[in-house]
Amino acid sequence: MYQVNERGYYGEFGGAYIPEMLFPNVEELRQCYVEIMNEPKFQKEFQDLLRDYVGRPSPLYYAKRLSAHYHTNIYLKREDLNHTGAHKINNTIGQILMAKRLGKTRIIAETGAGQHGVATATVCALMGIQCIVYMGAVDIKRQAPNVSRMKMLGAEVRPAESGSKTLKDATNEAIRDWINNPENTHYIIGSVVGPHPYPDMVARFQSVISEEMKWQLKEQTGNENPDIIIACVGGGSNAAGAYYHYMDEKEVRLVAVEAAGHGIHSGESAATSVLGTKGIIHGSRTLLMQTDDGQIIEPYSLSAGLDYPGIGPLHAHLIDSGRAEAVSITDQEALDAAFFCSRQEGIIPALETAHAFAAMDKIKYSEKDVVVINLSGRGDKDLQTYIKHLK
Amino acid sequence: MNRIKQLFKNKKKDILNIYFTAGYPNLSDTKTIILELEKAGVDLIEIGMPYSDPLADGPTIQESGTHALKNGMNLPLLFEQIAEIRQHSNIPLILMGYFNQMMQYGDVAFLLKCAEVGIDGLILPDMPLYVYEEQYQTLFEKYDLTISFLITPQTGEERVRKIDALSKGFIYMVSNSSITGAKTGISEGQLNYFNRINQLQLQNPRLIGFGISDHKTYSTACQYANGAIIGSAFIKTIAQEGDLTTLIPDFINFVRNPQLETTEIV
Repeated sequence: MYQVNERGYYGEFGGAYIPEMLFPNVEELRQCYVEIMNEPKFQKEFQDLLRDYVGRPSPLYYAKRLSAHYHTNIYLKREDLNHTGAHKINNTIGQILMAKRLGKTRIIAETGAGQHGVATATVCALMGIQCIVYMGAVDIKRQAPNVSRMKMLGAEVRPAESGSKTLKDATNEAIRDWINNPENTHYIIGSVVGPHPYPDMVARFQSVISEEMKWQLKEQTGNENPDIIIACVGGGSNAAGAYYHYMDEKEVRLVAVEAAGHGIHSGESAATSVLGTKGIIHGSRTLLMQTDDGQIIEPYSLSAGLDYPGIGPLHAHLIDSGRAEAVSITDQEALDAAFFCSRQEGIIPALETAHAFAAMDKIKYSEKDVVVINLSGRGDKDLQTYIKHLK
Repeated sequence: MNRIKQLFKNKKKDILNIYFTAGYPNLSDTKTIILELEKAGVDLIEIGMPYSDPLADGPTIQESGTHALKNGMNLPLLFEQIAEIRQHSNIPLILMGYFNQMMQYGDVAFLLKCAEVGIDGLILPDMPLYVYEEQYQTLFEKYDLTISFLITPQTGEERVRKIDALSKGFIYMVSNSSITGAKTGISEGQLNYFNRINQLQLQNPRLIGFGISDHKTYSTACQYANGAIIGSAFIKTIAQEGDLTTLIPDFINFVRNPQLETTEIV
């Protein structure tokens, strides 16, 4: 019911609104991605790398002190313990194997905070494939450590100088690169965004998160379904992975946490489900922040991984249909949650993930509930920001 | 009769289509540019609706769009300008932009408005063929608007034929696998592609765009298709210091006629 249909839509969202120059590449992928992913040989290679290289399964950890504080049962899905420190690597491992199957010899990617760029540079090094990462010129300045990591891994980081010089422009530049290099290049998109089949393909690669949650919960609680799953949503890849095997289980509440920046109506926000309207961004029909005239608005969040003006079409559908509930968290609330989580559990979460923790103060739950928070990434990359706010 | 259909009925070769971004370099230049282009003998004009995220365009056109948006260009204003210009000009006019712009204006209202102000055709490079076929074809026909789809060297024959069946007016032949303004000159591979398309005996006339910037590329395009489309090179021209009433005729003359002083001596 929440799976993508034949044409690449989730309800009315999705599709592939792309110029003809991109059509052959996207069409090639569309025609064979499911078949390739289902090949036993592909699956084995993917699963082996997830286990031996990424370090999966990632633990499901019962957070005792947080649970006591909130008077409920909180489990943390530890994607922060993956190689490169976030869930992003699940997708890049899958896509680099896909690129190899398609005979591609050159990889491009976009990155905002640099996490997806690092995860892409990592798998390119692993496979010995050329890697070019587009990153907004503004983001290159504010995420210097990740730029260095990508370079150390052998990737070329190209600044996106157009528009607002952030994630959305890096994505535009990557798409342009793909138009200019239609034969040898595969574009590794980092989230469940872009033209079909990307949202579905990325969601499938990330679905390992909820696949593991099922048996881990069964082992630890006796029931494979939790009551609530909380995940932060920028484009929405970690949320897609955490929801994937629960979308049709109606009794499991799905909570999508968006960045409200300085406040939803402050003019500096990235809460797409509230501020967005239906339209097209990066080849997908979805909810996005735009003017009345259809010009895409530059969003704001302290967290570079959440300041995307759109949202994946799957999430647009989940929220629009009422299946998922959207919660907005401000910069300050996220910062407070990051410090609280650090001191309560000894885990410094990524600033993106801190938004998911902060949602505990906003949602309704009961004492008996089993709540899973998808701990999508660790906070090392955000130390500069955290240090500024150390009390 | 629709002015684009009329044009292609009467003229089969050397058709020159010039693209410019509405609101650039100045908000109110739209009229001057259209009238000067018409005076200089251009056959049809593509008016770009400036967009924040123009995926199919290169840096020159994107920058002109960013600039135009800063100048305050928007669709209601553009429609107003075009309605006024139509009092003074009868040249075929095409609006080029992105599907999201049409959606946000209100798709039906947008098409109706285009027809009302005297637009003859549309180019929406990111509108999928099936969306046009299933949702809009009837409306385009009702309002007598043409639609031009793009083909590239990578577009397979079956799809080219499908595009030919759906296109009304002309087919926009992207000269190479590239974004606008990225490459100049025409290669052997491109000539093979032009020949291959010619052999398909399509029903629609074809204009070659992307990488057309001077007389040499223009005349090659005219040799292999019904004409050429120039965008980035024209934008660069009107970005220069000087009066549009001189810059524009000079540029069209430069494109249409061989330039003795720039001919390479072999």
